[in-house]
Amino acid sequence: MAVAQGLGPRQDRTRFQWSSLVMLAPAVAVLGLLFVFPVVYAGYLGFTNLALVGSRSRDYTFTGLDNVTRMMGDYVFTNGAWLTILFVVGSAIVGQSVLGMLLALLLRNAHFSVRAVVGSVVIVAWVLPEITVALIWYAFSQAGGTLSILLHRPDTDFLVVVPMLIVSIANLWRNVAFSMLVFSAGLRNLPTEVLEAAEVEGASAFRRFRTVVLPLLKPTIVTNLLLVTILNLSEFTLIYAMTQGGPGNETMTLPLYVYQQAFVFHQLGYGTAISLVLVVIGAVFSLLFVRASRTQI
Amino acid sequence: MAVAQRVATPHRKELIVVPYRRVSAAAMATNVVLILLGCFFVLPMLWMLFAAVDSNPDWAIKLPSLTLDNFKDVLARQDAIDSFKASVIVAGTTTVVTAILSVLAAYPLSRMHIPFKRSFMLAVLFCSGLPVSMLIVPVYQMYVYLGWLDSLYTTALFLAASSLPFAIWLMKNFIDAVPAELEHAAAIDGAGTVRILREIVLPLTLPGIAVTAIYTFINAWGAFIVPFVLTYSPENQTGPIEIYNFMGSHGLFKFGDLAVFSLLFSLPVVVLYLFMSRYFSGAFNFGGAVK
Repeated sequence: MAVAQGLGPRQDRTRFQWSSLVMLAPAVAVLGLLFVFPVVYAGYLGFTNLALVGSRSRDYTFTGLDNVTRMMGDYVFTNGAWLTILFVVGSAIVGQSVLGMLLALLLRNAHFSVRAVVGSVVIVAWVLPEITVALIWYAFSQAGGTLSILLHRPDTDFLVVVPMLIVSIANLWRNVAFSMLVFSAGLRNLPTEVLEAAEVEGASAFRRFRTVVLPLLKPTIVTNLLLVTILNLSEFTLIYAMTQGGPGNETMTLPLYVYQQAFVFHQLGYGTAISLVLVVIGAVFSLLFVRASRTQI
Repeated sequence: MAVAQRVATPHRKELIVVPYRRVSAAAMATNVVLILLGCFFVLPMLWMLFAAVDSNPDWAIKLPSLTLDNFKDVLARQDAIDSFKASVIVAGTTTVVTAILSVLAAYPLSRMHIPFKRSFMLAVLFCSGLPVSMLIVPVYQMYVYLGWLDSLYTTALFLAASSLPFAIWLMKNFIDAVPAELEHAAAIDGAGTVRILREIVLPLTLPGIAVTAIYTFINAWGAFIVPFVLTYSPENQTGPIEIYNFMGSHGLFKFGDLAVFSLLFSLPVVVLYLFMSRYFSGAFNFGGAVK
């Protein structure tokens, strides 16, 4: 007993050490000040009439559900909520996941040189800074740009004619590598015995994909959908740099509207309230995916 | 016949999902579809490459009449140099702060007994899912109050805070993968926590730290809305904001200069990614992460 005490604390199992709190402290301090506090603060600001300039920038007050009532009658907000959902469902959930899966499947069976080149190009599109993607797609879809020449309509500015479609495709173009990498990893980890058995039994390629690969990949697919939704829901840079929400409000998704209300119209309180709606939409999507993954296995 | 051959070949590493290799027409189709998809990804990029070396570029892709004047133009522009410097400061500071804090936090979370550890990790995971566009308004309000606006370092501090949750998760996974026996042995031999961290944990997790740092750097290098809102002086504009301003000022810039600037600005992250990708291959195994 006396000997054991002389050797200091026991080393045969982990126990509480004050040094662990010392190491955690800096991260906790930074996260507390610049993450947790702003989140809590946002929960309050969203229900105030705080403004960036003028009298409401100092003596702002708690206004209860006024901001919510205001949203209900605000066409740009309701329209923006639909645009956001359209963008996330069309560009991310459907577009990015389907094209990502297609690429992952095709790349497995491609000639190695095609696989190396096409795989790298898709990944470079993903690694490029968002502003660069915005610029090259802006150039691509301008009147007189490459797209207009390919489609034999040299005078058409596609960012004016079909702005939401173009930003959705640009976003898909940039982010598809993420889903492709996730699905490639998932496909690599599939048990080969099951696939082999299905092939020996004479199942067609499509049938094997639908009845063997898809169910086995379900956890990967759910995780992909969850991450892709969360990442795309708050997409700002690409859309803002290409259109600033225009023409009119045709691409004014909620993240852009938050920025416009808060920093262009100086309505910090209302802007925060809109960002809270964004968080709620994200939570709803996440719950749906998690529930879907639980029920049908 | 084909099936029999397949079963009789024990050294096949993986069985393909769609048996295109058996039929050469189908294999052709796979490759052709992929090449077409590849064109869809290459075409928009080509504009930047061609316009950068073209003496008279346009919005459309065309074969350039070669020149290096655009590069000379950009390298002679003070605003371009300044924004590069600002980006290096912001992304560099963000990366250093995030890397140090995430290693310090991830080590005890991986190895030590901490009360409420599970709740803490879940809170961190929840934070990494929150959009920055939700935080930016309250943070702006705080920065006004603290007098922190328009500084590259305070901007980097917020970027570090917003990248910390994911970095802590990433780092914890890397440290979890290092066997703890070496540390136990060192502890029994009388090494203190600091010494164990410096001489055993750091060298063994260096690849993990590199991946976390590069990932953070790539994100901070491309960050737009945070510096866009938190800085306003012309000399504090990072690369993305410089490109955005160029895009908005029709006629005040030359296409070639814009292409060169965005090319030079994009190059570091592409190179860093290539450097990192050999460590990164295992990072996408999400299967079973959500149950």
